Amino acid sequence: MKRSIPLAITFLTGVFLVISFFVPHEPLGALEQRLLIWFSIVSGFTMLLGVDNLLRTHIRKIGRRNSGWWHSGFLLLGFAATVVLGVLGRIHHGSPFHMQSPFMFVYTYSIVPLQGTMFALLAFFIASASYRAFRARNTVATLLLVSAVIVMLGRIPIGAAISEFFPAAQEWIMDVPQLAAKRGIQIGAALGAVSMSLRIILGIERSYLS
Amino acid sequence: MSKGFWDVINTLDRRIIFLILLVCVTLPLLLNVGGEIRPTPPVRRAHAAVASLEAGDVMLVSIDFDATSAPELMPMLRSVLRQAFEKDVRVIMLGHIAIGLPLGHMALEEVAAEYGKEYGVDYVDLGYRPGYIAVMIGMGREIRDFFDSDYQGLQVEDLPVMDGVHSYADIDLLFGFEHGAVIDYWVRYAQARFDQRMAFGTTAVMAPDAYPYLQSNQIEGLVGGLKGAAEYETLIGRPGLGTRGMPAQQWAHLLVIGFILLGNIGYFVTRRNRG
Repeated sequence: MKRSIPLAITFLTGVFLVISFFVPHEPLGALEQRLLIWFSIVSGFTMLLGVDNLLRTHIRKIGRRNSGWWHSGFLLLGFAATVVLGVLGRIHHGSPFHMQSPFMFVYTYSIVPLQGTMFALLAFFIASASYRAFRARNTVATLLLVSAVIVMLGRIPIGAAISEFFPAAQEWIMDVPQLAAKRGIQIGAALGAVSMSLRIILGIERSYLS
Repeated sequence: MSKGFWDVINTLDRRIIFLILLVCVTLPLLLNVGGEIRPTPPVRRAHAAVASLEAGDVMLVSIDFDATSAPELMPMLRSVLRQAFEKDVRVIMLGHIAIGLPLGHMALEEVAAEYGKEYGVDYVDLGYRPGYIAVMIGMGREIRDFFDSDYQGLQVEDLPVMDGVHSYADIDLLFGFEHGAVIDYWVRYAQARFDQRMAFGTTAVMAPDAYPYLQSNQIEGLVGGLKGAAEYETLIGRPGLGTRGMPAQQWAHLLVIGFILLGNIGYFVTRRNRG
């Protein structure tokens, strides 16, 4: 019973949503909309689960004095400060996202630069990897390497200044071989998603119950 | 002698590589040594999609990126907003990446102020709602079922900009700014199911993922990466951070190409010398 009821709910919901996707008329359309609103509400609660998990993990780390426990302390401090500033923004400015609110100050001068810096580091690793790892060891690697050079040259103004070949070849690589590979991957992924969805709807795939 | 030189090249300290890249990125930014920017067909098509809108039409702008992609996407966002406000198009903003939405809001307020636009009348920021697939599908029936208030809690019913805007049928163009897979869901649900007109701005690394949709005409245009942003700025005649950033990107690309060539020459010379 503990498994049959969830399986039946999954089956009925899945079949209903598939039908309503293709037949969006009443009463199916309104029912589908109701389910979508529920989905959005449930998604909101998953964020609370994430917060709960984050806090538990780091409080446990501090309690056990694991190595680098003070990093967790810093995280909790930042979490609490952000919540407090968000509430203050709500009280004083009507919304934490008001441009003058303290929350937006933290966002603009802390979160944005930190995220930007983390991502910018990638450029240095790409430069290092291009030097050390990108080798023409075989035919396939050579093809990849030549394509990469043409695309990189074709996407900067100096490429066109050297020769019109580079922007034209870059467009061709993006429009033909790249597109063919990407489309193949997308079709494969879509077939996989359909297959997995059918397995779940028909109760063959039950790992979500455990 | 030759062997010693290439051994040194092959074992170059990564900190030297980092330093060279730093110089290659910062110097062109300071000296502004770029080149001619020629708009490509995908960017021209995106520009034409916005240009086809008329005064009073509605453009939905989706902010699906965060600060990690801001250098690429913010310049194109500003350009698209400028083009829209120039034509007195109504702009409705929302987003599916909660942490990135304030960036979109900042750009919206900045550009709206340039054109003297009024919040709630000419533009609105609906904010974020969780469960983006449900939101995308549900908006095809009634936007207010998911966005009954804006980002600061004002009732959507009280905002003139939302008059007569209930579903995709009332939205003339969707312009999404993407750094992840959200673009796939926009195409799958808003385009394939509701036939919504749409164009996208993406990071350079995400642009190849959008090419199949562009070729099949499911999306009307594609602005890819900083280069796309610079091209869009060229098309609207307002050079900005995209154009300003292109010299740095150009020299960084040349440096990476140089590294690849040098690394490979070193690899083959060393291999030949070792027999």
